[in-house]
Amino acid sequence: MKPFTYERAKTPAEAAAAVARQPGAKFLAGGTNLLDLMKLEIETPRHLVDVQDLKLDRIEPTTDGGLRIGALVTNTALAADTRVRRDYGVLTRAIVAGASGQLRNKATTAGNLLQRTRCPYFYDPNMPCNKRKPGSGCAAIGGYSRQLAVIGSSDQCIATYPGDMAVAMRVLDATVETVKADGTTRAIPIADFHRLPGDKPHLDNNLEAGELITAVTVPRPLGGTHHYEKVRDRASYAFALVSVAAVIQKDGSGRAAFGGVAHKPWRVEAADALMTQGAAAVTARAFANARPTEDNAFKIPLATRALAATIAEGKSA
Amino acid sequence: MSKQHIRATVNGDAVDFLCEPTTSLLNALRDELRLTGSKEGCGSGDCGACSVMLDDKLVCSCLVLAPEIDGRRVETIEGLAQDGQLHPLQRKFLEHGALQCGFCTPGVLVAAKALLERNVDPTEEETRYWLAGNLCRCTGYDKIIRAVLDTAAELRQERLPA
Repeated sequence: MKPFTYERAKTPAEAAAAVARQPGAKFLAGGTNLLDLMKLEIETPRHLVDVQDLKLDRIEPTTDGGLRIGALVTNTALAADTRVRRDYGVLTRAIVAGASGQLRNKATTAGNLLQRTRCPYFYDPNMPCNKRKPGSGCAAIGGYSRQLAVIGSSDQCIATYPGDMAVAMRVLDATVETVKADGTTRAIPIADFHRLPGDKPHLDNNLEAGELITAVTVPRPLGGTHHYEKVRDRASYAFALVSVAAVIQKDGSGRAAFGGVAHKPWRVEAADALMTQGAAAVTARAFANARPTEDNAFKIPLATRALAATIAEGKSA
Repeated sequence: MSKQHIRATVNGDAVDFLCEPTTSLLNALRDELRLTGSKEGCGSGDCGACSVMLDDKLVCSCLVLAPEIDGRRVETIEGLAQDGQLHPLQRKFLEHGALQCGFCTPGVLVAAKALLERNVDPTEEETRYWLAGNLCRCTGYDKIIRAVLDTAAELRQERLPA
């Protein structure tokens, strides 16, 4: 691990200012991904601002009938919350489909949104990677791409966003609340939070330097049945090849977001409108502009079948 | 780089040490405090051999920085046996032969204790899911699960009114 200095922040605004002030500074919350990447020297912050004392660990009702989930609510606490289990089951299902108890106890809601790709070339410092080292090239393109993106990729990066929770947040139309270094706050719709790689694949999301996530809010419950179908090479210790977060209503309408297929949780609202016509209609629209590789073209029919499984589950519920 | 001054409670004892910010909790336990029961398997949070309790939460100590524990409470495998008496889980692991090389055992025991403190009557499925973050290369898990379930049964028996 490269040397760094460490401080604990007392308020969110102070934390944001501290990271913005010092070049190479980063926030430390659960650390389950950041510390791992620091050990590999893929992340080399010169200063860490520990935000774990900020008391952003409560889940509270919002005035419009939704929930405001503090940035530091652990994955375990979020998945176990009775209101989440009752009204936002897709969120609980997505969270418990990933990691282990030890990791979910430490990992936070905000940190989960910020986890970095598991593209094997990003993890291998001997390989060129535009995400790890801008301008160095992409070894994944033309390389082993079975796990990688089928849509929204660029000629500089075909990495995927690896998480599960954010896919559920996308289907729920969550909003990410932040505070910036100057103390101002903003609310970012989850659809606009993660980026497509384009010509800046080193940027995973649209946060500014020093901008700190304070909460994630979910709107009032959608009803329906909630599903999270995660397809992977083994039942545990693997990231999704394809995952589907879906909320299906009694009349067969619904919405779906896909994980493991793009640089961000993938949802096309115009495809949701086709839900009553079945899974194939939805994915034909959602993946209309797909650019799969020979190795990962299987992900598109897999997404159709995973969605078909959730629709069938919804009907039998 | 200036050293960090850490004051924390480990297995009920106040501890006080200096370390680099880069030191993991696991390395602080092993190298500064000489509590070498917690093991490093993968160093990346996958294997659970370094499992400890941090403020009553089961975590991988390899993915915690020592500076994070300043002012906090840590419990390790060394805190399981009390007054020279093995914890019931330790006794049952011996009875069932629920270990071979033993490298994963400290982490498994700390994780299993956390489970039984929460739920003294777990199903086999709950036990297997709870211990999914602790990898064992030797046992095939079956004896581990049986030892944990047997401990749970014994603890329930002890709690029955006389």
